Amino acid sequence: MRAWDPRIEEMPVLELKKLQYRYLKTLVYRLYSFSDFYHRRMKEQNVHPDDIKSLEDVKKLPFMYKTDLRDNYPNKIFTSSTEELVRYHVSSGTTGKPTVVGYTQKDLDLWTQSLARSLTACGLGRGDVMQVSYGYGLFTGGLGLHYGAEKIGATVVPTSVGNTERQIELMQDLNVTAIACTPSYLNHMGDVAEKMGISIKNDTELKTAILGAEPWSEQMREYLQKEMGISAYNIFGTSEISGPMFTECLEQNGIHIWGDIAYTEIIDPETGENLPAGEKGELVMTILQKEALPMIRYRIGDITCLDESVCPCGRTHPRIDRLSGRVDDMLIIRGINVFPSQVEHALLGISEVSGQHFMIIVEREGTLDNMTVQVELKQESFSDKINDLMDIKRKVSHILKNSLNVSCGVEIMAPNSLPRFEGKAKRVIDRRNI
Amino acid sequence: MDTKDFIIKQISVFSENKPGRLAAIAKALEEEKINIFAFSIAESKGFGVVRLLVDKPAPALEKLAHLGFMVSFTDVIAVNMKDEPGGLYETAKILGNSEINIEYAYAYSGKDAAVLILRVDQVDEAIRGIRKSGGELLKAEMFK
Amino acid sequence: MFWNKETETLKGDKLEKLQIKRLKWTITQAEKIPFYKKLLNNSNISSDDIRKTEDIHKLPLTKKTDLQGGYPFGFLAVPKKEIVRIHTTSGTTGKPTVVGYTRQDLDNWSELIARNLTMVGLTADDTFQNAVNYGLFTGGLGFHYGAEKIGMTVIPSGTGNTKRQIEMIDDFGVTALHCTPSYAMHLSEVAEAMGTELESLRTGMFGAEPWSDNMRGILEEKLGVTAYDSYGMSEMYGPGAAFECKERNGLHFWHDSYFIEIIDPDTEEVLEPGQKGELVVTPLVKEAMPLLRYRTGDITMILEDECPCGRGPKIARLTGRSDDMLVIRGINVFPSQIEHVLRSIPEVGDQFMVYVDRINHLDEMTIDVEIKREFFKGELSDLERIQKKIIHSLKELLNLRTKVSLVEPESLPRFEGKAKRVIDKRGDKF
Repeated sequence: MRAWDPRIEEMPVLELKKLQYRYLKTLVYRLYSFSDFYHRRMKEQNVHPDDIKSLEDVKKLPFMYKTDLRDNYPNKIFTSSTEELVRYHVSSGTTGKPTVVGYTQKDLDLWTQSLARSLTACGLGRGDVMQVSYGYGLFTGGLGLHYGAEKIGATVVPTSVGNTERQIELMQDLNVTAIACTPSYLNHMGDVAEKMGISIKNDTELKTAILGAEPWSEQMREYLQKEMGISAYNIFGTSEISGPMFTECLEQNGIHIWGDIAYTEIIDPETGENLPAGEKGELVMTILQKEALPMIRYRIGDITCLDESVCPCGRTHPRIDRLSGRVDDMLIIRGINVFPSQVEHALLGISEVSGQHFMIIVEREGTLDNMTVQVELKQESFSDKINDLMDIKRKVSHILKNSLNVSCGVEIMAPNSLPRFEGKAKRVIDRRNI
Repeated sequence: MDTKDFIIKQISVFSENKPGRLAAIAKALEEEKINIFAFSIAESKGFGVVRLLVDKPAPALEKLAHLGFMVSFTDVIAVNMKDEPGGLYETAKILGNSEINIEYAYAYSGKDAAVLILRVDQVDEAIRGIRKSGGELLKAEMFK
Repeated sequence: MFWNKETETLKGDKLEKLQIKRLKWTITQAEKIPFYKKLLNNSNISSDDIRKTEDIHKLPLTKKTDLQGGYPFGFLAVPKKEIVRIHTTSGTTGKPTVVGYTRQDLDNWSELIARNLTMVGLTADDTFQNAVNYGLFTGGLGFHYGAEKIGMTVIPSGTGNTKRQIEMIDDFGVTALHCTPSYAMHLSEVAEAMGTELESLRTGMFGAEPWSDNMRGILEEKLGVTAYDSYGMSEMYGPGAAFECKERNGLHFWHDSYFIEIIDPDTEEVLEPGQKGELVVTPLVKEAMPLLRYRTGDITMILEDECPCGRGPKIARLTGRSDDMLVIRGINVFPSQIEHVLRSIPEVGDQFMVYVDRINHLDEMTIDVEIKREFFKGELSDLERIQKKIIHSLKELLNLRTKVSLVEPESLPRFEGKAKRVIDKRGDKF
């Protein structure tokens, strides 16, 4: 199929901008009138909906930050009533309280629509068998890709994460043609398959991979494509904007951001000034038609640049480059976002350890990210029984797993053995070479 | 002298963590008139490994195996220490300087001497390193 | 409340006519599967032989092991491009059973869940926490789609992280909860320890493992809910094939979608309503994977009394299994699967014992394993590595966390004749 919705996807640029302006205008009026939060924000910024006279005027609007969601936990800035909500997703916040995203039926439909277009742009459709190896449940990756793949009529195998050997068996036995997962997990599957005596290239029918939720490089793409005989496409999205929503097309040259769904800006993270197309900066998105949790000029924190030229594939919607870093200290471990502040928050709740003295070490072991948290034992919790110490270690690791949604190694350290910081603490040692 | 002259056969016995297992092992050795120089227990969840240095390793292994225990010889080395303040430090310094990685260790201190028993990852290199630095190792023939 | 009153209350001649029509269609559909084609040919039966519902007794029975033989796609009656979903369920040995769904199948399934949720009084105004596994297990996505169909707010919380589950119930004002009864019990205790009464919660739907009326009383009191029993299995789409109504006195089967019989598991003779035996189900609307007279292995009976709610005949709550299948934290485990895993690990000796216990209301499976002598080299770390390897392999196949104890050689019981390697210490399951 050429495109899921060619009328929209190949719309002339000027028309698309007009459409974006219309959506923006409606959105701003709606929020100014019906949302206390946005009303107040716009007042503070001294901007009125009438001031938005062109698409470029979007820069008059105030930014939104991840902390806005935390401060308004769980649903104080939702603009739909509970009766209208049909779904909640929950992701980790920067400290104790998670980030909550609500969806109306229309929000879900739009998300699915976006992925239907994107997956079609990657050459997928009816007849494909897609293994969704992103986590299902509260994480948006699993259910997002699931609904998208179902929409285009592919056969969905909802394997979710884990049980790698079983996943490889199913990939082979069920003639899976496409997979959605993190790039490092696909790499890991390749290794495990090899140990099982299976070559993904020769012994399976896999030909397409939709990879994202963590940064990866062009070299990695080349390696995976060659090693597994597949085409690998980059996918982008965070739960705040709905979930994974946008992918590359067959050209593999930038991620198409559907303009009728999102308006994209790149800014200088220090000054907040807009940067011209082609320049690297922080990605900022306004989700134009979202009902339950509108996002205006949301500071996503990823660093990339924008390409507004028409793609050789015929799609007119702007593209962003693959992500090349973060403006904050957020880590991405096996597709899950982790803030050092969350680790601290979790450790401070455990009486046996000194939560203020910890270090995070991130390494790539083989193909998978490994995070190890080192934390000092409190003097009074010391025991000469190894099993007691192992129990403390298990407890710390269990609590971290629950609050971060990703398992990590734990090292219990002697009191006063970890570095002390004056001024800004540098608690993360990232030894990965991405 | 060959390094193998210093490699001592430790007896390792698999044991569940339940009452009476150590007594069963000790009784078996008593019946064979085997003397235990040193021993330790390493614990894990639900099971452990009892480690023994005995005067007659081969008959001890045979007896325990005959009784149904899961047993094995493990190569260890034993370093003589001075039984006085600073004795361990002197030995530990040698180990550190020789860059020997210790997997586990236990010690005994008798009326004649103190001995540190070591399980190391690279036994030949450890023996050479310790001897070069002036350390004194127990000979394997003492345990036959 | 009814989602689809006309169909839900269909009885007598009208129901029988519909069942016969759908049964004939199902037989035609099944004939597209080589296994059934051969079976039906051999017994010389076709859809023409079905004139009244009793004629179903002429059809051959299908066993779980039959499905195993068809792995992976042997039981699909439609071209693969019409399959939009695949779920798997535990087989009796190494390979799972693959279940395929057409788009129509998914719609049918969601319709049944929508009926169940509506039957217990839930509506679009409810906020629903779905605390069962998503992914290949049918419990998660099945209820998810049904709840979405009636417009509830769905929190796809999945399993685990109990503290956060409780925070979400309180913070989102959750009114309805779906999970296994043992997890509900655990949740209630953690909530108590956290000092919350879970005030918003009103409806609990519990299934995927057997539970008693005694447990219902405790759960209702502790969670402040009205608790309903749910029944189903992947072979009949998933959960939702039968469900309790507000009477909470047996489970309504959806007779427009399933034809049910009770047989004596030994003689295979069909039993009368009121007689206990093995439940045999023939799905009537399944496109991708039709089954004829599928032996569920579950022991129950068809209840004789008419239900005041106006829906059709009910089955009694489950009272056991006709085989040795265990249900552990909602996951079906066959002892033969455990054996399969252990036999494939070279370090593991010939003897093992499996203990199932309920600790803090959660099922725990402990496996005692003897290690082969030749693998003991005296190192603790080797033993820990073997222990981890066994746990990992069991997790891979059973999708279940187990505790593995290494025990001394020759310490486990030896059996003459039929080995009884599984000891279920849980009381009061049924």
